[in-house]
Amino acid sequence: MNLKTLLIVCACVALLAGVVQADPETERQEMVDYFQKKFPNVELAEFANGIYAFDANAREQWIEIEDFPPYEIAIEDGEAFFNTPFANGRGYADCFENGGIAVRQNYPYFDSSKGEVITLEFAINQCRQYSGEQPLPWMTGELAAISAYMSFTSRRNPLDVQISNDDSGALAAYAAGKQLYFTRRGQLNFACSHCHVQSAGLALRADPLSTTLGQATHWPVYRFKWGEIGTLHKRFKECSEQVRAQPFEAQSAEWRNLEFYLTYMSNGLEINGPASRR
Amino acid sequence: MTKHHVLAILVSMAFPIAGLADETAILDRIEQGRAVAFDRRKGNCLACHAIDGGDLAGNYGPPLLLMKSRFPDRDVLRAQIWDASVRLPSTRMPPYGRHRILTEDEIDLVVDFILSL
Repeated sequence: MNLKTLLIVCACVALLAGVVQADPETERQEMVDYFQKKFPNVELAEFANGIYAFDANAREQWIEIEDFPPYEIAIEDGEAFFNTPFANGRGYADCFENGGIAVRQNYPYFDSSKGEVITLEFAINQCRQYSGEQPLPWMTGELAAISAYMSFTSRRNPLDVQISNDDSGALAAYAAGKQLYFTRRGQLNFACSHCHVQSAGLALRADPLSTTLGQATHWPVYRFKWGEIGTLHKRFKECSEQVRAQPFEAQSAEWRNLEFYLTYMSNGLEINGPASRR
Repeated sequence: MTKHHVLAILVSMAFPIAGLADETAILDRIEQGRAVAFDRRKGNCLACHAIDGGDLAGNYGPPLLLMKSRFPDRDVLRAQIWDASVRLPSTRMPPYGRHRILTEDEIDLVVDFILSL
């Protein structure tokens, strides 16, 4: 083997290693750069507002709606649920750091002992089960209200999802989530990325498509189309159905990995949930 | 002008009513194709493409204009609708034929409609 061949082999090995071990922070920065180039007039912090960051008409209506936000009742209900003790006398505050106040920015995280991604909603139901309570349905209702209250107490905290480059489990979960985001699914054959990376800002019918950047800051969401508040996994289910794919289960390992990737992409943006969307 | 065209003209001169019937038939197919194209549960073409006569069109894909000059070969257009990823692997256009979103007959109707634009 001469020197030139050796160098080429080394370069190929390095390249392969790069493919196998993604660097989340580099990929996040690439995503930020991509959208800042695509929307040069949108401030970075504004991406947390979804399509209202770049659609002036929709933004005007949205700002009016925010005067009397439709998610307000969910925050109040959520606070009451949050502060109601379980049968064993414990409560949600006992399950979370800082009594569960202002912690949303740290979710999801990778639990190395369990080898899985823990989303905030997953942690809420884990808390109930540790305390001998039945888990709540994942997508709407009481769980969404508790999640809304916990987001509300976390507003203005920058998302701070941690993935250490030494944590092979966390990196694998991130990579799996990313792969799902870029994989075609369903009869209509779309990947999440087709609409929310390449075509973000373009309209399907009259509805502009949101950007990947900022998609994870504002959950749960009161959607007028739903007429209620729902969690991110309710939106995943809706997206799946829109491309006519078989949805995964809410809070399945697949969708927790997806949320892990998606939230990491918004790291540094401020929590602004709960939010209203049309 | 091909031999077929010459024949068609001769036939229509000999049987003017038959020519008229053909024209009615193609107009009918165009209308049926429009219905399939505009139906949200069928083609739903307006989700992405602006089309003359359609409301609330998206701009995800290019407007469908001057389609006969863009697709002089009917088969190329049909193949594009059937599975656009053959020509462009990164396409975002759903594979209407390969994934059986539309039937083969429906695709033919849509092709007739699109070529009338």
